[in-house]
Amino acid sequence: MQRYVFRRLLLMIPTLIGVAVLTFVIMRLVPGDVVALRYAGAPVPQEIIDQERRALGLDKPIHEQFIDWMGDLARFDLGTSLWTGQPVVDEVKLRVGLTLELAVLAALLGIALAIPLGVMAAVKQDTWIDYAIRVFSIGGIAMPSFWIGILLILLLLTTFQWSPPLTFTPFLEDPLANLSQLIWPALTVGYRYSAVAMRMTRSAVLEVLREDYVRTARAKGVKETRVIVGHALRNSLLPVVTVISLEFAFLIGGLVVTEQVFNLNGLGRLLVLAVEQRDYTLVQALVVLMAGVFVVVNFLVDMFYVVLDPRIRYS
Amino acid sequence: MTRPLSDDEIARLRFLEDTRTKRWTTAVRTFIRQRPLGAAGGAIIIGMILVAALADVIAPYDPQASDFAAALQAPGAGHLLGTDSFGRDILSRIIYGARTALLVGFTSSLVGSTIGLIFGVMSAYFGGKIEQVIERLMDILISFPLIVIAIAVVAALGPGTGNVIVAITFPVIPRVARVVRSSALSVVSMPYIESARSVGAGAVRIMFRHIVPNVFAAYLIMLTAFLGQAILLEASLSFLGLGVAEPVPAWGLMLRGAGMQFLERAPWLAISPGIAISLAVFGFNLFGDSLRDALDPRLRTA
Repeated sequence: MQRYVFRRLLLMIPTLIGVAVLTFVIMRLVPGDVVALRYAGAPVPQEIIDQERRALGLDKPIHEQFIDWMGDLARFDLGTSLWTGQPVVDEVKLRVGLTLELAVLAALLGIALAIPLGVMAAVKQDTWIDYAIRVFSIGGIAMPSFWIGILLILLLLTTFQWSPPLTFTPFLEDPLANLSQLIWPALTVGYRYSAVAMRMTRSAVLEVLREDYVRTARAKGVKETRVIVGHALRNSLLPVVTVISLEFAFLIGGLVVTEQVFNLNGLGRLLVLAVEQRDYTLVQALVVLMAGVFVVVNFLVDMFYVVLDPRIRYS
Repeated sequence: MTRPLSDDEIARLRFLEDTRTKRWTTAVRTFIRQRPLGAAGGAIIIGMILVAALADVIAPYDPQASDFAAALQAPGAGHLLGTDSFGRDILSRIIYGARTALLVGFTSSLVGSTIGLIFGVMSAYFGGKIEQVIERLMDILISFPLIVIAIAVVAALGPGTGNVIVAITFPVIPRVARVVRSSALSVVSMPYIESARSVGAGAVRIMFRHIVPNVFAAYLIMLTAFLGQAILLEASLSFLGLGVAEPVPAWGLMLRGAGMQFLERAPWLAISPGIAISLAVFGFNLFGDSLRDALDPRLRTA
């Protein structure tokens, strides 16, 4: 087991490098660069363009650019934004708190909704409770989160004259104002997050409820709540955990659009902006940062499998 | 054994005697009777396909014709769902938007899920080096925030519907592969796989004859789920301004176009395209859910 953990930790490095390579390649496939874009349509002499390219290192052969960038990454230097000239670390530092808080809030809200409702739907299969929960969850999957956000704003606008504030209040400054600002976008993202996990919980529990050991447990007189929680839920958590971890990718997507809708200046918004401006270094840094989070989450989920299902033995 | 056959068994024997067409009609009829929700989903899908196919006939206006004199009209007699800031008829744009949504949804989820199925089964069956390579590749793909791949592809190939399809195919692959693999892993350790191998069946035969049918339910539920999901993704991308480009009518684009700017003045701009997206995704999910329940024999209530 220890050897396995160590090997998996080592394997994260090629994954991260793979992500870096793929990002780099895709970003360089894009026609035009930041300099060409900056002076698009303006009568700027070629010399100045060349000079700027040299200053940004865009004149070097592509493999040299790549090696430079990887070298900086290895030293945890995320580079300088091509567009603003600010260090990427500073741009990220400004916004990471907001996005992280939103993500955590949304995920917690989502999971807290998903598991109890999913189990309830499975236990009460084909009753009105099941149908109501399924419609609720399918609604969460069907409605685009940006639309839920728009509708929420419309509702808050017409009933409370509330509209998304123009400036963000950090949690430590004023926790209440901060939460009242973030609760709506978190609900928007969390609802969708919960819907998928709820669906998976329901079908996984349904599957397990038909297993022999559940019948055995019932036959030997184990209390129903214990059968559901101890036998059925515990054994159905495997696919649920997989889905919850896979959904992190969608969570990020949800954050990007929701930040746009609620006028929040987070990492998602920065990413969209950076790509629109062909800010290679900023995009690359953001992608590798987000990819790093996913790789760590995947690792933790694999480790969690062993805890959940003792039949799985990694060696 | 001369016990009388039960009604159920008689029905099953009759079913086997039927011709292929008749079997299909029986299956569809049974599905409609036993899964009314799924049938409702199927009806929504069929309705959407019909709307897309007959768009030229049923749309009251040209979806791209702007008429600034009629800009931002509230829903009423002339324009049933109102007009946008260019004076374009919203109902007509929603009708034509169904074409965009279906095209992107079907193509990207079918291609993505099938590639994912192949990867997932191969990974579970072969193990070892092949599994390592596939899993690392999937790790890399899945570590990518969807939006970046999407923008990069669209930016590299130029904007357009075809490039959005490619962009949406990528995130589908690793996700289907993961789910298929985890259900294929339990199939691989089944005794019938061992016996197939012991009578000399080759790898390809075992994978396609023994593993794929047993993970097909997982594949199908992922495929139908991603059908809706792909439509949703297209809408999100278009909403961010990174998907289908104006003036092509697309639902996400309609929400981007005016929904935010004119939210207070013209809320109808933000309502009907959202309903169209939700209804489409809802239909696909409802259908997929019931199809899953109907297809997986272990989940069938006796």
